[in-house]
Amino acid sequence: MADSAAESTAERRSPAAAFAARFEAASAGGGLRLAEIPFLTQINLRVDPKSPAAERIGTAIGVPLPVEPGTAAGGGDLEVLWLGPDEWLVVGPDGAGPGLVERLIEAADGEHVSVVDVSAQRTTLVVAGDRARDVLAHGCALDLHPRVFGPGRCAQTMLARAGVVLVAGEDGFRLLVRSSFAGYVAEWLLDVSAEYVAGG
Amino acid sequence: MSVQPYRREGASGRVLRFRFDGREYEGLEGDTLASALLANGVRAVASSVKLGRPRGVYAAGCEEPNALVQIEEPFPEPMLQATTVELYDGLVATGLPGQGRLADRPDPARYDAVHAHCDVLVVGAGPAGIAAASVAARAGARVILADERPEPGGSLLGTAETLDGRPGREWAAEEVVALAALPEVRVLRRTTVLGHYDDNYVIAVERRTNHLGAQAPAGMARERVWRIRARRVVLATGGHERFVAFAGNDLPGVMLAGAARTYANRYRVLPGRRAVVFTTNDSAYAAALDLAGAGVEIAAIADVRQAPGEAWAARCAERGIEVLTGHVVTAAKGEGEVSSVEITPRVGGGAREVPADLLLVSGGWTPVVHLFSQAGGTLRYDEELGAFTPGETRQAVEAAGFARGVGGTGVRTLRACLEDGAEAGRRALAAAGFAMPAEIAVPSAEEEPAAAPAEHLWLVEAPENDGDYGTHFVDLQRDVTVAEVLRATGAGLTSVEHVKRYTTAGTAHDQGKTSGLLTGGVVAHALGVDVAELGTTTFRAPYTPVSFAALAGRDRGPLHDPVRVTAMHEWHAARGALFENVGQWKRPWYYPRQGEGPGEDMEAAVLRECRAAREDVAAMDASTLGKIDVIGPDAAVFLDRLYTNMMSTLKVGSIRYGVMCRPDGMVFDDGTVIRLADDRFLVTTTTGNAAAVLDWMEEWLQTEWPDLRVCCTSVTEQWATVALVGPRSREVLARLAPGLAVDNDSFPFMTWRDAEVAGIEARVCRISFSGELAYEINVSSWFGLALWEAVMASGEVTPYGTETMHVLRAEKGFPIVGQDTDGTVTPQDLGMEWIVSKKKPDFVGKRSFARADTSRPDRKHLVGLLPEDPGVLLPEGAHLVETSALPEPPVPTLGFVTSSYRSAALGRTFALALVSGGRERVGERLYAPVGADLVPVTVTSHVLYDPEGARRDG
Amino acid sequence: MLLIPCPWCGPRDEAEFHYGGQAHVAYPEDPAALSDEEWARYLFFRDNPKGLFAERWSHTAGCRRWFNAVRDTATNEIHAVYRVGEPRPVTA
Ligand SMILES: [Zn+2]
Repeated sequence: MADSAAESTAERRSPAAAFAARFEAASAGGGLRLAEIPFLTQINLRVDPKSPAAERIGTAIGVPLPVEPGTAAGGGDLEVLWLGPDEWLVVGPDGAGPGLVERLIEAADGEHVSVVDVSAQRTTLVVAGDRARDVLAHGCALDLHPRVFGPGRCAQTMLARAGVVLVAGEDGFRLLVRSSFAGYVAEWLLDVSAEYVAGG
Repeated sequence: MSVQPYRREGASGRVLRFRFDGREYEGLEGDTLASALLANGVRAVASSVKLGRPRGVYAAGCEEPNALVQIEEPFPEPMLQATTVELYDGLVATGLPGQGRLADRPDPARYDAVHAHCDVLVVGAGPAGIAAASVAARAGARVILADERPEPGGSLLGTAETLDGRPGREWAAEEVVALAALPEVRVLRRTTVLGHYDDNYVIAVERRTNHLGAQAPAGMARERVWRIRARRVVLATGGHERFVAFAGNDLPGVMLAGAARTYANRYRVLPGRRAVVFTTNDSAYAAALDLAGAGVEIAAIADVRQAPGEAWAARCAERGIEVLTGHVVTAAKGEGEVSSVEITPRVGGGAREVPADLLLVSGGWTPVVHLFSQAGGTLRYDEELGAFTPGETRQAVEAAGFARGVGGTGVRTLRACLEDGAEAGRRALAAAGFAMPAEIAVPSAEEEPAAAPAEHLWLVEAPENDGDYGTHFVDLQRDVTVAEVLRATGAGLTSVEHVKRYTTAGTAHDQGKTSGLLTGGVVAHALGVDVAELGTTTFRAPYTPVSFAALAGRDRGPLHDPVRVTAMHEWHAARGALFENVGQWKRPWYYPRQGEGPGEDMEAAVLRECRAAREDVAAMDASTLGKIDVIGPDAAVFLDRLYTNMMSTLKVGSIRYGVMCRPDGMVFDDGTVIRLADDRFLVTTTTGNAAAVLDWMEEWLQTEWPDLRVCCTSVTEQWATVALVGPRSREVLARLAPGLAVDNDSFPFMTWRDAEVAGIEARVCRISFSGELAYEINVSSWFGLALWEAVMASGEVTPYGTETMHVLRAEKGFPIVGQDTDGTVTPQDLGMEWIVSKKKPDFVGKRSFARADTSRPDRKHLVGLLPEDPGVLLPEGAHLVETSALPEPPVPTLGFVTSSYRSAALGRTFALALVSGGRERVGERLYAPVGADLVPVTVTSHVLYDPEGARRDG
Repeated sequence: MLLIPCPWCGPRDEAEFHYGGQAHVAYPEDPAALSDEEWARYLFFRDNPKGLFAERWSHTAGCRRWFNAVRDTATNEIHAVYRVGEPRPVTA
């Protein structure tokens, strides 16, 4: 054992990295696609939505902070998810973290805001394909009907016994899952999908 | 052609082979086990639970009280009703004596659960349910139609009625196929709605592969729990026929009239050859005529009424069936099954005995109001019906069809049910805000004869000179007779709820579907009061029995509860660590040394790990500690209010240990506070309390101090943490972080530094939970594994687990919140007066330290214990007493052991304990009763190792 | 499973919420000025009515906001929800 642990490589490892092959196998049937999108930038932003800082931040990142509960707004390579009445998650591509934190703090211009890089706090799992809703319905009590929870909607809720941020997109759902729960949620998704993968 | 002596001509379907009570039989596809047994002339299917009396099939659905069976193969499943078990090839079952046997092996089948939402949930796919669902679905509403049977039709399956000129069964099948094809409609067959809860939360169980036996596809869930949230619910649950209490009413061959009709029509099975019919209402006439048409000789109809429906009487006369009005059945007779029936005029005249092998009983029909009542609806007594029907409800639910008692004469009329169902569908649409469809076509049913009123007779009284009610059963499944009900009322019980508990009537797993009202009727009769006045017992979920396997679903085994792991988990597992559950986390407990020879046991491993930490260098994965980023201009003020000690004086770059209390002054959590900037702190919490502390902070900020400009963000999993401990830790850190000045002056105790460690951006904190020189290295959890591997790469750092961590901290007297505290312990009790600020005007818990209770001298203090025999390990939880011999109970206890370990550093065992007035007892000898022994221990300070703190700087 | 209308997120299953006991029990302005009995009353005494009850809930699995609800303890019916700091609405 000491041998395999002997080499330090300072490589990043995403929370669901170990599931890549099983996700791929579960996606082979076509009815369902499971995958991890690792290392996305995620910045937790707390700011009074009525403050000038909130407006300046919207302008600075090119995405006005969505104020309607449970909605997401996108622009460029950023997406802003409503988490609470004064709380958002700004999601961007891998590596955007430090620059984005700076831009947000700069835009606040000394007003009270909270900007915390939480990129490694959660990982992103994709549940897409025709059976995505069926799979999620096994563990999510929200009404996922397209008329109710279509593209542009997001929610903090429970999936099975784990808290998740659920985001509906044009091509399926994304689950933002706490890193320590990633293995549990991955196992849960693979377990549920067994019937849908086998049944087509 | 197989030999099924009671099967009607013209029955079709694949022949299925099955085994019952050790004998081989054949049945037909579409049979239930009950219909197949009846087709083979099997009369006694089971025996009764208390009296061991033979029992036969009584009903044709989930109301069956008698025919309890156990499926033996392919997998044992106890306590099923033969009337609801679909026959499959290879079925092996046995009749049960009222109770079954659990399987002796784990069920290999899959069970799962799913959530669903709809505008309208219709329960029951009989005529009313189909009508309601059709109206709702065609207007575009999201509809779920759930029915417990394998095919739709409800009551239509048992009658020979036609709709729009088609057999009712065919009509139902076609309607439901058309419904299921609509995009927003979900039809759930074989799905029993078990429970109706607040806000139209409805639980149903779908039996998906049970009917396939060994052919069930392996990957498919056998049963599925549906958790349905419906905006509106229509309960089209129909009715159950009830029987009448008379002597011998439990003999095999006695059967509900409607059930017999169903067997003849739906299953093409004759439940007997020569029948007597005993009825209180018109519905049994239809049964009698259908059975006569099927070839059963109807010896007589005993009708309790003087005036049955004229049209029915005329049809019977046409067929030559004798109708005895104003007669009752006084007894069913026979050895083990019915061979004759005693019929007696109600007024004058003697009894006559009619030979028969079948006695069909109808005591009237009871609307199925279980779900309506569970949903909080009231019930009211309907005089004409002789039963309780739905009254008021505050939920968005209504009953339709016979479940609402439509018809008005105590019998179901098809037209009324169809129209009522369609009306319910309309109302549901309106309530859910849908536009009404222009035209709603209700299918046309045959003209039904006008019904005569029913008479509600519950009990056929025993002859006065006899008075024996020992075989007048009211609850067949619980073997409760009128004699027992009379004993209950004779003992002074006047409420049906009390009689239920006294006699157990209605408590069997059939939930008293056939017996509930009958028991009430007999109680009313005995007390001389109205049934309406007595009311019903409470209806509770589940409507029918549900297996624990279905309720557990996939929440078992590895998915029972989330397993949370750190970024380094794979390394620990590969290294052979044993894990400890801490909340939902899996933490390495200890790492047995690997290599040749027998594996290292826990005691040896922990002593070795402890020595490495105290004498050399060791590392632990500390990533599970809760971490909260606290940001804002008022962050320092906020933390001053939550912690007992002062946080606002903490300098940027420094770290302070803190304790939080509840307002009652009891310790809630502890951890370190790191000042990152004037307006930014990083707070750590205990592993198990991370979410609770964040919630606690939010609660105070949102509800008490909304004026404070502070935001709290969880970063528990943002960071992975390695604790590097031991006199050589500085040297190892220096090698890993060549750019970091690690000498004591540059990097003193309780400070932090940003640095590159093993090429990874890190925040290094000089804190110690062991008393040794120690560091906690924090990196982005993406790099957690890389950092850990780098620390371990040289091979000189010993990995250690939570057990060693516990020993090290206990040697230093550091308490663990939740192990050495239990919500009744103050900081002062823990010997930490020093952490309770005297300067701050207030903080959460401060006022409680001035209460008389928190300064009582006999409060339990945290102390150390040294067993006099240094090899004896006290069990955690052991109590402590003053005397070397136990006095008579009750024995006053002084406290208890909270932590107990073997210490490598002390060369002996030791313990921490909460002891009444403990600090005043240092040096005293106490005793811990362990098994039969009283183990002598000496009370010491809780700090047993390096009390001077000489080791923390290395 | 109650369906609790979070003032922000809308109706969600009860399992997403934490119960917070009686509403409008403020932390005393100056605890040191209270007698032991008054302090004990704040710590330990709460109403327990049958009927309408103003109580606190937190949408812990959702937006993490605390809010108040008026619930009928006999029927579980929630008559109103309102934000922290708002007065208890008049309900039937
Ligand atoms: Zn919410």
